[in-house]
Amino acid sequence: MARIVVITSGKGGVGKTTTSAAVATGLAQRGYKTAVLDFDVGLRNLDLIMGCERRVVYDFVNVINGDANLKQALIRDKRVEDLYILPASQTRDKEALTQEGVERVLNELAEDFDYIICDSPAGIESGALMAAYFADEAIVVTNPEVSSVRDSDRILGILASKTRQVEAGGDPIPGRLLLTRYSAERVDRGEMLSIEDVGEILAIDLLGVVPESQSVLNASNAGQPVILDEESDAGQAYQDAVDRFLGEERPLRFVEVPKKGFFGRLFGG
Amino acid sequence: MGIFDYFRQPRQKSATVAKERLQIIVARERAARSGPDYLPEMRDELLQVIRKYVQVDEDAVQMNLDRDGNCEVLELNITLPDESS
Repeated sequence: MARIVVITSGKGGVGKTTTSAAVATGLAQRGYKTAVLDFDVGLRNLDLIMGCERRVVYDFVNVINGDANLKQALIRDKRVEDLYILPASQTRDKEALTQEGVERVLNELAEDFDYIICDSPAGIESGALMAAYFADEAIVVTNPEVSSVRDSDRILGILASKTRQVEAGGDPIPGRLLLTRYSAERVDRGEMLSIEDVGEILAIDLLGVVPESQSVLNASNAGQPVILDEESDAGQAYQDAVDRFLGEERPLRFVEVPKKGFFGRLFGG
Repeated sequence: MGIFDYFRQPRQKSATVAKERLQIIVARERAARSGPDYLPEMRDELLQVIRKYVQVDEDAVQMNLDRDGNCEVLELNITLPDESS
């Protein structure tokens, strides 16, 4: 039986797709058979981040409508074994993802996958609600910035009430915070909300902190999930987050300003 | 902090301002979320009743639901128009 994980945020551009690609790849690297699904109908992007945009033949909506079966639509990753991508449709019909259709696809995937990662679109429209509805747990991607934190709180409110589990009388699904684009230098200068600030406001467990990093843009330019860039700080931070996701203890890295020498302290930075 | 920083005007850091603003807005939005679903409708109906007698603005009726332990307090604020106008 697969575990369904939604990657969500409310606000756009905070790193949902980057995180979906990284987490899915990290889980597959650890031997879990993983499918990553793009719920952003009309604005497909996961395929680009995963570098498989030219291999898309069928998409999520094709499978729901019965134009193709799952086997035909799932794209097998060429770098990591046990990693599959289901791209979003480029149709302009936002209502194309029906609840019954999504449930059918998830049930079929659940038969032979360990993890199903749902890359949510931004906003709180039907696509985002659909991505969250069937989830067993959530990763809330947030930037240390006012509008992102506020939108994450809004999404947490939705997660607390609008999931299958809650509607069936169960507890709200667990959600953990992934703080991305974090700059220890700016936090140190008092220009950016700190991990503690965001944690205090959102009051959820912290899954990880990904530093602001050039490697994220480099990775998306190349269509390589950034987690595969083992040299990079962001790649390592995502590896740590995946380990924590699986219950391992990992200390936070890249969250402190490197200590300066005497002259650095004297003249500031 | 370098020595040059000591000559600068001390002022509130922007992250502190951000945190304070967020705490206020998030608390307010959570309160609105956790309130019963009938609140907005009740507010509209109250407004209609009041308007049978006094012409007031759309935002003249303010409702606030506060929780204090086991006790829930519904605070209703109606701003009546100025007599002279």
